[in-house]
Amino acid sequence: MSMTREWLLSDAPLSRRQAKLGQAYRTWLGFRTNGLAMFGLLIVVVLVLLALFAPWLAPHDPLTGDLNTTRLLPPLTEGYWLGTDDQGRDILSRLIYGSRITLAVVALVAILATPLGLLIGTTAGYFGGWVDTVLMRFTDIVLAFPKLILALAFVAALGPGIENAIIAIAITAWPPYARLARAETLTIRNSDFIAATKLQGASSARIIWKHIVPLCMSSIIVRVTLDMAGIILTAAGLGFLGLGAQPPQPEWGAMIAGGRNFLIDYWWVATMPGIAIFVVSLGFNLLGDGLRDVLDPKGQK
Amino acid sequence: MTTTLLSGRRSARWIMKILSTLGTVAVTFLGLLIVTFLIGRVVPVDPVLSVVGDRATQAQYDAAYHALGLDKPLIEQFWIWLVNVFHGDLGTSNLTTRPIAEDIARVFPATLELATVSIILGTAIGIPLGVWAAVRQGKLVDQIVRVVGLVGYSAPVFWLGLMGLLLFYFKMGLISGPGRIDLSYEYDFTPVTGLFLIDTAMQGAWGAFANVFSHIILPASLLGYLSLAYISRMTRSFMLNELGQEYITTARVKGVPEWRIIWGQALRNAAVPLVTVVALSYASLLEGSVLTETVFAWPGLGQYLTNSLQNADMNAVLGGTLVIGAIFVGLNMLSDLLYTLLDARTRNRK
Repeated sequence: MSMTREWLLSDAPLSRRQAKLGQAYRTWLGFRTNGLAMFGLLIVVVLVLLALFAPWLAPHDPLTGDLNTTRLLPPLTEGYWLGTDDQGRDILSRLIYGSRITLAVVALVAILATPLGLLIGTTAGYFGGWVDTVLMRFTDIVLAFPKLILALAFVAALGPGIENAIIAIAITAWPPYARLARAETLTIRNSDFIAATKLQGASSARIIWKHIVPLCMSSIIVRVTLDMAGIILTAAGLGFLGLGAQPPQPEWGAMIAGGRNFLIDYWWVATMPGIAIFVVSLGFNLLGDGLRDVLDPKGQK
Repeated sequence: MTTTLLSGRRSARWIMKILSTLGTVAVTFLGLLIVTFLIGRVVPVDPVLSVVGDRATQAQYDAAYHALGLDKPLIEQFWIWLVNVFHGDLGTSNLTTRPIAEDIARVFPATLELATVSIILGTAIGIPLGVWAAVRQGKLVDQIVRVVGLVGYSAPVFWLGLMGLLLFYFKMGLISGPGRIDLSYEYDFTPVTGLFLIDTAMQGAWGAFANVFSHIILPASLLGYLSLAYISRMTRSFMLNELGQEYITTARVKGVPEWRIIWGQALRNAAVPLVTVVALSYASLLEGSVLTETVFAWPGLGQYLTNSLQNADMNAVLGGTLVIGAIFVGLNMLSDLLYTLLDARTRNRK
């Protein structure tokens, strides 16, 4: 164990891989000392595990319940620890399966919006001139739109559903990444190593993707992680309005909307999914704060 | 001589700045109009069928198609739509059968009142809290402000609203429930401004005023809390930045009382970027109103928008989107401009 540690922390790495792994290990050592950030990481890891192993962890079927015997059971009922909803479905099982939807939303928005923002931002920053002006003006326009309203209008046009909600959120999410990537590009595009690469005959595309993008990644990762909570809240809001995931899908926002009608007598139906959303958003916020401290010290507010 | 020249140059730079901001506003508005128009075109609902019904003959269908201008090129359709929008014509709502612009004008004061009360609450509590946290950095107050911020960023607003209703209305009966005013008070005064708190107070209808207040307090506290989370966090970081400056040390050395250094000198300088922060939170409150108004059955723009959405009333959705978008863009740009006007450094930079 200590051998590995020494190898990782070596001042004179013998290979690229060793240097890279050593860098990652040092980051982790810094991250590990931040208790709140570790708590955030724990929440996110638990979310991923729940999503992966949902069929084995969920005690009941998330989509169908017994209308005769298990309708609206209160929490702490044996076998139904978080209670059941009006369809007799176990809320805990629905929350566990719902983690899959939440995780899918977050992952897909990140996969769609991050490359788009990176592409636009690095291109604008690297080429400068009118390319920069046009791309950044466009970015500023999208950035000036109210996100939720725009997402609402998109979903209204495309039709309700979780896929369209994801597309709508991704369309509104990329501009901050583009601005960030552009700012980072501007600071490195005149570096000697870029000039050297250029002299060796590398194409612009190669310089951007092989040399500039990797250097933008750490601040982009921090920003995307911090945005995750907002993405989860927007997706849940769309679900609550009936525009995101459709019943009987166990999406948390839609579950709150479902429980709204019997809020007074059966409070737990709407309360439990809200707690789940809150905990997961909090996890991503804490994780993002922690990552910012170790990866992007200058970006601190 | 030199001073006039300098001030001349200075005002020229100002005019350039204002012109370029106006240019950005114009381009952004155009972008908003184009996006809204295009969203309206990709809707899978056939606008002709909703006019003629599905039993129309081909000839009737073609006639309606022509009457709606759908046979014209897209750019010409956009132009016609644009001219209508600039004449204040957003089309007619299928749901209320009234002109959409009229509908929006009717519901807007409710949203404005809610957002205004919220931003007052958020600013009045958020700024002192942020200052306090900056002064006692790392102490208990600072931790509390941090937690308040985290909860504000992490909790779904519609769920907090439901929980608030459950607790304070259904269980404890401290406040009035959903809606803006109870039916029994609705005729105690005549709406003039549409802002019920002002209307009732001006007309001395204090019973109605109390009722309106007990309706608005929960949704306004909730939205106010969200802006408080943001405002206090930003105030804290601006204040920390100011308190680390040399002029603060100088003032301390000269023996200026600490309360004056904090509330007079540091806060006055931090106030410049804070204006931007408050304007931005005000804009985001308009957006946040969509979910809050749904939960509280608040008859404002947000509820109008969601109602139209749920009834596939696309014209109304686009009208609402356009209006909220325009206000949002306008406030964004205004905060940008205010920052330039107020910040002495951007003013004197050569």
